[in-house]
Amino acid sequence: MTDGPERAVLRLARPYLGRLLGAGLLAAATEFAGLALMATATWLLMSAAGRPPLDRLTVAIVAVRALAVSRGVFRYTERLAGHDAVLRMITDVRARVFATLVARRDATAQRTGDALSRLVSDVEAVQDLLLRVLVPGAAAALVSVLAVGSTALISLPAAGVLAAGLLVAGVALPVLAAGLTRRAADEVAPLRGALAVDAVDLTHGAADLAAFGATGTALTAAETRAGRLARLERRLAATGFAVDAAGVLVGGLTAAAVVVVALRAGVGGVLVGVLAVGTLAAVEVSLALVGAARQRTQLRAGLARVADLLTEAGEPAPTAPVGPASGGHDVRFSGVTVRYREGAAPALAGVDLDLPAGRRVAVVGPSGAGKSTLAAALTGSVRPDTGRITVDGVDVSDLADEELPRVVGGLLAEAYVFHATVRENLLLGRPRADEAELAAATRAAGLLDWVRAQPDGWDTLVGEQGGQLSGGQRQRLALARALLAGPPVLVLDEPTEGLDPAAADAVLASTLAATPAGHSVLLISHRLSGLAGLDEIVVLDAGRVVQRGRHEELVARPGWYREQWLLQEAAERGYLALAP
Amino acid sequence: MNRRPFDPRLLRRVPAARRDLAVLAVLGGLTALLVVAQATALATLLATAIDGRLHRPALAGFGAAVAARALVSWAQGTVAARAAATVKAALRADLLRAVGRHGPTWVAGRRAGQLATLAGRGLDALDPYFTGYLPQLVLSVTVPLAVLARIVLADWSSALIIALTIPLIPVFGALLGWQAQAATERQWRRLSLLGGHFLDMVAGLPTLRAFGRARAQVDVVRRMADGHRQATMKTLRIAFLSALVLELVATLSVALVAVPVGIRLLGGGITLSTALLVLLLTPEAYLPLRAAGSRFHASMEGLTALDEALTLSATPEAAAPGTAGPAPDGRGEIRFEGVTVAYERTTALRDVTLTIRPGERIAVIGPSGAGKTTLLNLLLGFVTPTAGRVTVDGVDLAGVDLDAWRRELAWVPQRAHLFAGSLADNIRLGAPDTPDAALAGAVTDAALDEVVAALPDGLRTTLGERGHGLSSGQRQRVALARAFLRDAPLVLLDEPTARLDSASEAVVLAATRRLVAGRTALLVAHRPALLTDADRILRVEDGRVTELSRVPAGKGTP
Repeated sequence: MTDGPERAVLRLARPYLGRLLGAGLLAAATEFAGLALMATATWLLMSAAGRPPLDRLTVAIVAVRALAVSRGVFRYTERLAGHDAVLRMITDVRARVFATLVARRDATAQRTGDALSRLVSDVEAVQDLLLRVLVPGAAAALVSVLAVGSTALISLPAAGVLAAGLLVAGVALPVLAAGLTRRAADEVAPLRGALAVDAVDLTHGAADLAAFGATGTALTAAETRAGRLARLERRLAATGFAVDAAGVLVGGLTAAAVVVVALRAGVGGVLVGVLAVGTLAAVEVSLALVGAARQRTQLRAGLARVADLLTEAGEPAPTAPVGPASGGHDVRFSGVTVRYREGAAPALAGVDLDLPAGRRVAVVGPSGAGKSTLAAALTGSVRPDTGRITVDGVDVSDLADEELPRVVGGLLAEAYVFHATVRENLLLGRPRADEAELAAATRAAGLLDWVRAQPDGWDTLVGEQGGQLSGGQRQRLALARALLAGPPVLVLDEPTEGLDPAAADAVLASTLAATPAGHSVLLISHRLSGLAGLDEIVVLDAGRVVQRGRHEELVARPGWYREQWLLQEAAERGYLALAP
Repeated sequence: MNRRPFDPRLLRRVPAARRDLAVLAVLGGLTALLVVAQATALATLLATAIDGRLHRPALAGFGAAVAARALVSWAQGTVAARAAATVKAALRADLLRAVGRHGPTWVAGRRAGQLATLAGRGLDALDPYFTGYLPQLVLSVTVPLAVLARIVLADWSSALIIALTIPLIPVFGALLGWQAQAATERQWRRLSLLGGHFLDMVAGLPTLRAFGRARAQVDVVRRMADGHRQATMKTLRIAFLSALVLELVATLSVALVAVPVGIRLLGGGITLSTALLVLLLTPEAYLPLRAAGSRFHASMEGLTALDEALTLSATPEAAAPGTAGPAPDGRGEIRFEGVTVAYERTTALRDVTLTIRPGERIAVIGPSGAGKTTLLNLLLGFVTPTAGRVTVDGVDLAGVDLDAWRRELAWVPQRAHLFAGSLADNIRLGAPDTPDAALAGAVTDAALDEVVAALPDGLRTTLGERGHGLSSGQRQRVALARAFLRDAPLVLLDEPTARLDSASEAVVLAATRRLVAGRTALLVAHRPALLTDADRILRVEDGRVTELSRVPAGKGTP
């Protein structure tokens, strides 16, 4: 009965199987108590009509009262037990889903709106699968079997009619309901995902849309989608409730048929009444399966996505035979070539680079020359197609995921600022840093004065994606975080991007000064000023090293570096002359 | 916070739902009558069956009542779902429209994650409210009344027991429901927090990885999820407790009615068909109330979302929209008159007065955070002055139709948003009908050619939600291409070359020169290359704007 995704999800239920089983039995007990209450009460009345002595009714009277109380108690414990088990499982699912995203290298390519809908909504699908499909389904099946069995003790033909009615209500109608909604349900999930993306575009892109007068178009597109979703939902409802109506019909007709058949079979009058009322109650219980089936159909897409994220949560991280020693580390690129796509021009072509402990190297070159790819390859987020990058002789790809960041790290392209306090963002770099270390790193990045000026100081919230900060402040915060982390091999990808030249020079100088002597630096920059103190400057163009040497040498030699240097120099002297 | 089971604002905001809700009420009345009819027929049928006889008219009546109930229940579900779909579509549109209407600064204050949650899953929580709760709410009025009326006619003492116990359901429901409501609100906030937190974690995954913290965050996510579980269980313990009490009231009432009736039957004080009728009808009296109660908890989430959506989309606009006058020509003279802009925490501009003459190219320099971007935001209409005014051609921008005014300007922001869609559509943002030739021209002007060539599907390449497919520099060129297509008399550039290297800066600079030729231009610039062309240079520092005199030194250098 269960298909692939369900099985994958249910595998996670194993630790909580006992609780779930208990919940299922309690659910069955609840339903059976309700059924028995009405059946016993009917027996009581119809027997009483025959005016027997009172003591013949005592058991029934006590049973009616006991069943009345037990039903509520069963229900309460069942629901608590079931929800507790499922929510525990959900916690596992959430963590596992995130762990998979962590292990997945292409996580950045995902649409965040989709990811959100994935965690919040799809994971709830797991909850619904258990609480609204499996537990009530199992309970309804158990009660149906009990009801048919009890009826068979009174009259076999009546049991046959009841069984037929229950099969229609508990099997045929649920299958029908599932079939009717399946195709439409497949359409709902992508539409909702698209609507979430629309919402993100309309909020994050609000300024762009407004400035370009495109708000109306984007709104219309989103509204059209919302309208399509609404039409789809109406269609789902019209067919779905037809099945519910059929359920009402089946309940009544089965009860009527049971009365007729039981009378023909010569069943005693009292028991005919008991059978009729019991039948109504039993069909009612099995009709819950219609809702369960419908729910299950609608959960499919979500469950499949969850299962997709659960199944590949393997541990891919290879571990190095020997971890790199502490202290200084020697990094070496030998013949590194990176191609992002088959047949495309290489982003890096046969690059050699030596970065022994303590050395400071700048990589410059026009945009698209492969500077950021170089940093990405060193930090392990891009793998070389050919060639090797080694840290103390150990290939970077052989290092465990958690091992490499301890040695190589820093400020990478698109550094993300979390919706948290300044302190929390900084501590990401070094969780146990004290106030003095925070201040030192922040001062080097030129952000300390701002932090001190905030009423909340280190506890200032930076807003979603650092939205409460200016572009320059965000960049400085990311830089301070990298400096605080202080890895032995510090990679700085455009550390002064978004700062004006004067601030950029000051920040670069203080950054380099704040880096301990034994630590190596790989600085990636499109600006050439402030590079005079570095040990080597590598000029990349179209993925190849076209020039290398110290600043004085490169400036003296004709080539890209000299040209750019003169251009910038002239321009920036002009700028400085403008200052009052 | 609204605590009523039905929010009357809904009828005002979504008038289309009124008819459906009225039909729902009529169907509720019909159901009540059919419940009584069905029970009466069944009681007669069974009372006759005790002698082994089949009462054919009662059997036919029972069948007819069942068939009619089936039909009515189908209509009820369909109409309720129609109403739900209508309301959700209308509220989604309202919410998104509010985002557009209030403008970027209003949105910046809201959390995108929260809005996405609300416009998506948040509003879908209205489904159980409409299809589950509302019809039951109607039935919980009509059915008990019809049942009581019928039982009063048959056996007043049973009716008394029912009449006395029924009110216990809403009373207990309300008492326990209040508790559950407060807890649900806490849970909803936690869910939003979890949603926002997870979005943040996923978006920042590369950074987490770079610091070797990604795996450590798995535990944080687990902790957050576990916190969610504990909060939910607390809610449920109370919510289920109310269900328990309600269930007990209903089942015990059946016992309270059935046992005395049975004993009276022994004494012959009541007929069997009446006794059976009372027994069959008694649970029906409690059923809708209990169902409504239990579904109220299930639809709380929807009600909270509804309240949030109605409140958010009804937020009054900062500026009066009624006074929108015709927009001035972008070629007019721009004047800032004593403009001060104060944000919540800081003052971005202080008493700024300046004039921009038509055709002038003005560079704006100054340290980051000094208020340069606010200057542009004023002209874009994203920000309104706290004091003073901005006029174009003598017309105060505060009173013009902003959409019309913005047609007069092209804007290159610091960090352009890339929309989910093709690269071509991203460039055509302001001019969707641009022919391919003009598009190609803009691509060339913005030095995007090589970028396009490197993409797998060229201009048709789909860009991710936040434009993950492009680097900062490439993203910037897309923004420039947008501005080229805009072809407006006033150009606002927020550090257009900040993310480009010197070589492509030269290319973009040439293009920017073509762009600003014959137009008024305001450029925020860190890069000196942009300053050499400027007619005037303004320095913004600590919210104050000073004009730098034209220095010949810049012109003297090669």
